[in-house]
Amino acid sequence: MNDAEDVLATAAGWRAAGEAVALATVVETWGSSPRPAGSRLAVSASGRLAGSVSGGCIEGAVAEAAQQTMRTGTPQLLDFGISDERAWEVGLACGGKLKVFVETLS
Amino acid sequence: MTPDILAALQAAQAAKRPVALLTRLGDGQQCLWPDTALPGALAEAAQAALRDDRAQNLTLDGEAWFVHPHNPPLRLIVVGAVHIAQALVPMAQTTGFAVTVVDPRRAWATADRFPGITLVHEWTDDAMVALAPDVRTAVVTLTHDPKLDDPALDVALRSEAFYIGALGSRRTHAKRVARLTELGHAEGALGRIHAPVGLNIEAVTAPEIALSIMAEVVATRRGAALARRAAPTAAAA
Repeated sequence: MNDAEDVLATAAGWRAAGEAVALATVVETWGSSPRPAGSRLAVSASGRLAGSVSGGCIEGAVAEAAQQTMRTGTPQLLDFGISDERAWEVGLACGGKLKVFVETLS
Repeated sequence: MTPDILAALQAAQAAKRPVALLTRLGDGQQCLWPDTALPGALAEAAQAALRDDRAQNLTLDGEAWFVHPHNPPLRLIVVGAVHIAQALVPMAQTTGFAVTVVDPRRAWATADRFPGITLVHEWTDDAMVALAPDVRTAVVTLTHDPKLDDPALDVALRSEAFYIGALGSRRTHAKRVARLTELGHAEGALGRIHAPVGLNIEAVTAPEIALSIMAEVVATRRGAALARRAAPTAAAA
């Protein structure tokens, strides 16, 4: 089982148990990003996390966006980068840039 | 992700069938390839993503798409249900490999020693032919017994396995190379065998040797310079 598959199975399990779940997927990276495109983070409504989209520096911001997507049902494309004010806030210390797609697991 | 897409994706994974998940980033619309027929550029990107095991981005008619390959797990075939195998198998599973252990010696290849692992008790050449190593398969021989290791290596060398490793000292390997040469394998082909198996980290214990083997398998898979060695020859003893 590869790690993306593992995260999907965990997310599907939460969903089957009746919790709202959002999936975040790294869709593009530039520079030194610790996790390649395709890496997944699953977030449940109760705040459970599985997988990763970075070395840990943007997971908090992604989890917040995931809660929002769970509420609205609208997918989001998040942009994190060194030139991005928001990235400074969450501290993308690696100097990399990445895009993360957030969707609900309906 | 809709329940239909999730179910189809999980069904493909359960059947060990490669599929690509395509997402239109503008609105989150998704489909699976090859399950859904797609316009040429998207189908080509999906095919390339699966072949290279690497996600792709493309823009088609002004729309950004993310192409996410979902390949079945890499396989590791371990020949020899020995002590080192007991350390190697869980490490390989953690790394994401689907593991099969081959050993006709039933006293070694037991569910007790390898809980939950696919065990094959056929002679090693028959077992290897049936398992049919492909480009996503690594083969490691650990029996240290030419009767068992050689037939497995013979089949592995005729396959596209991305990694072939054999336990044994340089001296043991030189003799092995001589025997495999007699079976018709060319020197260049025999250079595919990583022996002594594993990266040289001066490993001593079974778990340390397992770690060195797993590190070399990953290094080979990822094309790391560490994995490249000079081709061994029968004269290298």
